[in-house]
Amino acid sequence: MTNHWNDIQHTDCALIIGANPAENHPISMKFVQKAKERGATVISADPRYTRTSTQAHIYAPFRSGTDIPLIGGLIHYAIENDLIHKEYVVNYTNASFLVNEDYQFNDGIFSGYDENSRSYDQSTWTFQTDEDGNILKDETLQHPRSVYQLMKEHYSRYDVDTVCSVTGTPKEDFLKMAEAFCATGQVGKSGTIMYAMGTTQHTVGSQNVRAYGLIQLLLGNIGVPGGGVNAMRGECNVQGSTDMALLFHILPGYLPAPTGTERHKDLASYNKNETPHGGWWNNRPKYLVSLLKAWYGDAATKENDFLYDYLPKNSRNSSHISLFEAMYDGDIKGMLVWGQNPIVGGPNTTKEQKAMENLDWLVAIDLWETETAAFWKQKAGSNPESINTEVFMLPACGPYEKEGAVTNSSRWKQFRWKALEPKGEAKADAWICHNLAKRVKKLYQGDNSTKGNIINALNWSFGDGDYPSNDLINREINGYDLTTGKTVLNFTQLQDDGTTSCGNWIYSGVYPDAGPDEEKNRAKDRDNKDTGMENYLNWSFAWPLNRRILYNRASADLNGQPWSDDKKVIWWDGETWANSYDVPDFAAVKAPGTPAEPGAPALAGHSGDDPFIMNAHGHGGLFAPMNDGPFPEHYEPYESPVPNAFSSVDLNPAVVIWTGDYNEKGDRSQFPIVVTTYRLTEHWQSGSMTRNLEWLSELQGHMFVELSEELAEEKGIKNKDKVVISSARGEIEAYAMVTKRFKPYTIRGEKVHHIGMPWHWGYMGITTGAIANTLTPHIGDANTMIPEYKAFLGDVRRAD
Amino acid sequence: MFDLSRRQFLKLSGATAATVAVVELGFNPNEAKAQANEYKIARASTTPTICPYCSVGCGILVHVNEEKNDVLYTEGDPDHPINKGSLCSKGTSIRQLYTSDRRVEKPLYRAPGSSEWVEKDWDWTLNKIAEKIKKTRDESFVERENGITVNRTEAIASLGGAALENEECYLIAKFMRGLGATFIEHQARI
Ligand code: SF4
Repeated sequence: MTNHWNDIQHTDCALIIGANPAENHPISMKFVQKAKERGATVISADPRYTRTSTQAHIYAPFRSGTDIPLIGGLIHYAIENDLIHKEYVVNYTNASFLVNEDYQFNDGIFSGYDENSRSYDQSTWTFQTDEDGNILKDETLQHPRSVYQLMKEHYSRYDVDTVCSVTGTPKEDFLKMAEAFCATGQVGKSGTIMYAMGTTQHTVGSQNVRAYGLIQLLLGNIGVPGGGVNAMRGECNVQGSTDMALLFHILPGYLPAPTGTERHKDLASYNKNETPHGGWWNNRPKYLVSLLKAWYGDAATKENDFLYDYLPKNSRNSSHISLFEAMYDGDIKGMLVWGQNPIVGGPNTTKEQKAMENLDWLVAIDLWETETAAFWKQKAGSNPESINTEVFMLPACGPYEKEGAVTNSSRWKQFRWKALEPKGEAKADAWICHNLAKRVKKLYQGDNSTKGNIINALNWSFGDGDYPSNDLINREINGYDLTTGKTVLNFTQLQDDGTTSCGNWIYSGVYPDAGPDEEKNRAKDRDNKDTGMENYLNWSFAWPLNRRILYNRASADLNGQPWSDDKKVIWWDGETWANSYDVPDFAAVKAPGTPAEPGAPALAGHSGDDPFIMNAHGHGGLFAPMNDGPFPEHYEPYESPVPNAFSSVDLNPAVVIWTGDYNEKGDRSQFPIVVTTYRLTEHWQSGSMTRNLEWLSELQGHMFVELSEELAEEKGIKNKDKVVISSARGEIEAYAMVTKRFKPYTIRGEKVHHIGMPWHWGYMGITTGAIANTLTPHIGDANTMIPEYKAFLGDVRRAD
Repeated sequence: MFDLSRRQFLKLSGATAATVAVVELGFNPNEAKAQANEYKIARASTTPTICPYCSVGCGILVHVNEEKNDVLYTEGDPDHPINKGSLCSKGTSIRQLYTSDRRVEKPLYRAPGSSEWVEKDWDWTLNKIAEKIKKTRDESFVERENGITVNRTEAIASLGGAALENEECYLIAKFMRGLGATFIEHQARI
């Protein structure tokens, strides 16, 4: 989230899309409700009329997989009706920048496309500069090569009639939505976009989010209270686990993971290629060197490049789908699974389960015997005799049987104290990791080969206890001044010369300026006094630097004053931004109007009116390169009921297409129905933490598929009938739930049915049921490789 | 009265507060008074936690019978600025995460081709896993590729972490990268 849960109450209009918070983030609806009480309009845009829709003033149905037409339509509406926040757009975004003359967009393809590699050469997606490298601008926004004019032209095709014919949204609902949301472009108003996996789980998932960013920048809604692009995350610590880089492509704090390429072949090359001249990321070398010092301690020296060579370098994309494809191909021999259940939660279950049979060993760490731990059993449909995988099931502690902090969607790192001793012989994952690491290191003692040296050099100093010291881990994450032994105040003190260490720079500041005997873990802060606009600065610690609203410089105008009095967050008092309701996302004493130093690195190259400090040019990126283009463009899902109306290119041209076993693609002639998956309040993700509890199992006891009355009638299906749902990957059985919440869509003149089902069930637990992901394909987003669970093709029939 | 002092205490200490087992006293004040003598030795502690389910991050209080090491009761934390005491059905159910008899309580091992689990002790289990990690790593480690130092193993994968704590995620990230693993993924991707 750019903003935070409590801040939602300050919005004038909440657009809830690709999300159903009333069902999946129930307590968050308190703040939507509060906003309503203050007069805000609530919009629910969803393929299905959800619990959230019941709380909305405007419901806009749209076919799953058509976010970009819907939001593209809003962009078009805002521009055509002159509803944008002009002062914000001109000064705070890159709308005025002139784009490279060679940049082009033609029939669904941007300039630089290579069909063979299904990827773009992005060298024309750049800005025009003068001889000194300064970006050329036209602040009237009239220049035909300005970002604004190119964007206007790009979305001129997203007129209301085309949009509604593709999304299936009734025109009057679309117009109501457009009018209400675009009204937040008025100076002093704000609108928020709240989204979740309904947005990201598409082959265009990242561009869906980018589209939200575009409309929010145009309306001046980023950085302001009640505004933002707010991802509502699904697990209690999925924010923290991402920050800590349990993903192949990053190191802690969003440093790109080094690859086995020329670009990253040594520290100097990495720094040269990954360090922009302008913006905050100019500090990246300090963060990487400090991380290497945290990981390799005294062994990391300037002379040996701080042991940069010891970091593993990728040869390939290793994201979830690729991981299971590699396992299926026999490349992966052993796997440790820390509280995840891919047999239920991963796409293309049959393939992923088959892949696991190729493992020599599997370690499943969980509170329960999950479908993943039990994949070799008969009840999984497997033949145990033919599976040679050695499986270790390690009992893990529940959340209050151990101590440590979780980071919620608001980026608040909140500590959880230990309430009692663990159940049975259960141990915390921290204990398991710690004791495994110690044992592996011991096995390599005295081994002077390269691989021995690498593991021996790994600095593992978390105390002598049986459990690793939580305090020492947090100090290491925060970072030390190695010359004094005290923890650093925050990441502004980190250096690239080896005098500081830091395990994760974005959390630096959580344990500030502490000597060995001082305890200062700010994740434990629990003063719930409202410090202004319900930012609660003394409750827990929000990364970065305890800041609650990102880009908050944009909440103030060119004079440094809030756009309106009821949307105050930071302001310039003549001397500083610091005496405000939030930690400024800006140099504290840089006055509005301060000119940029031409050619200077980092923030010195930004003016006092450049709020987007992470970006090289300090401006919000309306035009910004992604793998699949600098502007979001609509492509149909991998499996779609209709051809693309916006170009002759049906599928996102930059996605990886997997072939081989179990990767069949469904065709609309055989599978005419759009299928999506969703979640329920009473269950959580793959169900292991809820289908093993009595109350929740009783509250939601059965796997079902939800379909419209019209489809039920056509297929002769009645409520509670057993039905078969099929896709090109397989078939499952479930109970039919016939509702008015789904309606047939009219898409480009044709009737298209839409069904949906929860994906919480599997064969273990108190309540069991079919695994929905048996039906979903191995295809992912062009940028993140997040699977396209939310829109694929299928069919449904009575089970008889 | 009690409620007030308990809340103040929690606020001040910021952590675990030892109090009388209020939840066992029932709702009738007279009955509660009559039972007070009997219960005054039953010590309970109250510990603030954060809901383990979605990322709203609601506060929950866990009341524990310390003598029996058992969870008496859980409730929404009235002092938490997000949920102010309220919880959804999942957050309301977290007592059962401990009291459930479905928890795995000992390390289990399944041999190749076997159709059952066998209980093992931690030492045996961790030693065996450590040996597996070393063997697989040794057999698959690549130091250089196309003239570039890569120092990695693609034969060991790590999956998961979104339900763990930051400190745990940090340790896993460090350990797995320290081994040279590159197939490191978790729920955020799916
Ligand atoms: S109580 Fe419900 S809304 Fe609150 S964090 Fe838990 S799951 Fe989310």
